[in-house]
Amino acid sequence: MAKNKKEIAESVEWNYSPSLESTAHIHLKKQYDLFIDGKWVKPSSGKYFQTINPANEEVLAEIAYASAEDVDKAVKSARKAYTEVWSVMPASERAKYIFRIARLMQEKARELAVIETLDAGKTIRESRDLDVPLACNHFFYYAGWADKLVYAFPNRTVAPLGVAGQIIPWNFPLLMAAWKIAPALAAGNTVVLKPAETTSLTALKLAEIIEESGLPAGVVNIVTGYGDTGAAIVNHEDIDKIAFTGSTNVGKIIQKAIAGTTKKATLELGGKSANIIFEDAPIDQAVEGIINGIFFNQGHVCCAGSRLYVQESIAAKVIAKLKARMDSLYIGNPLDKNTDIGAINSKEQLETIQKYVKIGLQEGAEMYQPKCKLPEKGFYFPPTLFLDVAQSSVIAQEEIFGPVLTIQTFRTVDEVIQKANNSPFGLAAGVWTDKGSRIFNLTTKLRAGVIWANSYNKFDPTSPFGGYKESGFGREGGVHGLSSYVKLS
Amino acid sequence: MSRLEVLKTYKIYIGGQFPRTESGRYYSPLDKKGKPIGNICLSSRKDVRNAVVAARKAFGGWSERSAFNRGQILYRIAEMLEGRREQFISELQMQGSTKVAAEKEVLRAIDRIVYYAGWCDKYQQILSSVNPVASSHFNFSVVEPTGVVGIVTPQECALIGLVSLVMPVICGGNTCVVVASENSPLCAITFAEVLNSSDLPAGVVNILTGTNLELNNVLATHMDVNAMVYGGKDQEALKSIQESSVLNVKRVISQVKDWMESNAQDLYLISDTQEVKTTWHPIENIGGASSSY
Repeated sequence: MAKNKKEIAESVEWNYSPSLESTAHIHLKKQYDLFIDGKWVKPSSGKYFQTINPANEEVLAEIAYASAEDVDKAVKSARKAYTEVWSVMPASERAKYIFRIARLMQEKARELAVIETLDAGKTIRESRDLDVPLACNHFFYYAGWADKLVYAFPNRTVAPLGVAGQIIPWNFPLLMAAWKIAPALAAGNTVVLKPAETTSLTALKLAEIIEESGLPAGVVNIVTGYGDTGAAIVNHEDIDKIAFTGSTNVGKIIQKAIAGTTKKATLELGGKSANIIFEDAPIDQAVEGIINGIFFNQGHVCCAGSRLYVQESIAAKVIAKLKARMDSLYIGNPLDKNTDIGAINSKEQLETIQKYVKIGLQEGAEMYQPKCKLPEKGFYFPPTLFLDVAQSSVIAQEEIFGPVLTIQTFRTVDEVIQKANNSPFGLAAGVWTDKGSRIFNLTTKLRAGVIWANSYNKFDPTSPFGGYKESGFGREGGVHGLSSYVKLS
Repeated sequence: MSRLEVLKTYKIYIGGQFPRTESGRYYSPLDKKGKPIGNICLSSRKDVRNAVVAARKAFGGWSERSAFNRGQILYRIAEMLEGRREQFISELQMQGSTKVAAEKEVLRAIDRIVYYAGWCDKYQQILSSVNPVASSHFNFSVVEPTGVVGIVTPQECALIGLVSLVMPVICGGNTCVVVASENSPLCAITFAEVLNSSDLPAGVVNILTGTNLELNNVLATHMDVNAMVYGGKDQEALKSIQESSVLNVKRVISQVKDWMESNAQDLYLISDTQEVKTTWHPIENIGGASSSY
């Protein structure tokens, strides 16, 4: 019997021709020291750790492990630079330094993108088109604020806070460094920044750019290391401000550690964001939005749309389309421009995701994963969705930070508002409907800091980002992002 | 025969009602001469929980009131306080103020409420923004109330301290649970009577009397309280509130000012208990329409 077209298509084994981004043009050293007081210095302990490419487990470089002693050195250098240079410099000159950093980053954008992909496992399409341009733009945006701060805070005198200690996560390494450093510098603060231990390379490349820019020594210090390095920053007596992006658990430890001190804090913590699809939504666009919401950056996104709420009347249709779309996702080498889902950032994170998936199955939820071949080396996890999930289910309550989506249905607007808000987190939400008044009803009632209407995972330097409730406090981006780094009188 | 004065029973204020503390306990704070000023409810942790429930219940309705309407109600509070000036002046004197100081404090309190009444429909415009994003989206950020706020009022300036901390919080659409001055609680409860006759919905402001030691941390550890405002000067108490607040990542705001100063009021006291919400809305790019239409 003759096969129909669909059967023929399904019976043919085929694959995309690889379209690999070249790595020949990048400059990586074998070993990286600490960037303190404008110089590259060896760690006092003499210890280094390896950073690997999670896509193939090959070692990329050795990174200095900063101790409390090194952190102290960095804080002293930041304090000196603050008092003697940065806070007394005309604001317009400060602006020009930050503009210059933005330009140098743009010039080296492709190199930064390739290194980001190698070190973090994210796809080259993402690091090239999103992470790096946004990071550059962030510096460019805040540069211009440096000499215009009085316009941001009516009826107040604006002064910097002093030395900012900044601790950033591994999911958007360079972008988070930009989110932290740019507004701090614009407001006249100096910085000690610690990148995450699995993704230090782009922060170190940024240190090279900062060195090249001629920024006065000590204004930005980069110390690499593990959690104890971060703790040394949090507990250092001469730091005025802690800015942290990471898990809610660590955020709480930091909040407790600085209780009773005069340190100011901004915390960008976890999320379990709702993505809500109404029956009148443009279904195909919504399905793309769901896919982007949860599988973008392998789901390593604090604002990932990890809880999907679909109106009951269209649930079957949406789920079928979603499965079909998941079947067509391409998982593999992050350097390949065909790749939609790259490598999980670390072995540890892969194990966390596996743990949660196991819990989901034990809780009785129905799992769907496309039949896809994962590379043999490296850390990978297929896109996963869970049906028949209860509101109280662990996988619907806790942040998984991986490509795992839970699906629930709803009938009425009030029901979905209650379900969406029933979470200790409040970072983001998505709403898909053709009805404008409904969008504004929902965006008003959802208790979350960022709401995407008929879109998801959009970011911009001019747009404030940050959470309600246990997703943290303070905003990054836009004019609101400045208030985290100034003292008003 | 001289007439026997009818004494007032001071009770706490929860959900628009004046119950006694569920614990049945009382304490008797002393005036400057060492004489008890009354039998005051010694509120318990159960009272705090009841008050938080009332505040949460009131939050949706209050935060959704129109800004104009909130302004009207705050102004009404000032009107009611103005009408009861003499009562507050005499209570402040019972608590140890001189007549001159008491008068000054009451007048300042009335004017402060009027000040925040005027902010109710204005702070949003100053604190919000339209953000010029690079993609085809209409992107804006507005402020919204944080939620249920715990307020620990200062020991001194019992009336103006309470008014100065509570008004910016409710002006911004939050609801609150207030711990009154431990030593000078009389005017806090009488102020609750003013609130109760001002069209302020039940539960928006709840006022408890008792000890800071017992009440502060019950509020700060409560999982349904979103922020704490501490108006005292005790650094240890502040630290303790900050540590307790970690449980659900509360925002903790420490406010120490001379509240009798005419300028101890501003927009930034309102913004302290506001959250910034950013909304992205796509803009349809209609094919072919160029910018020079």
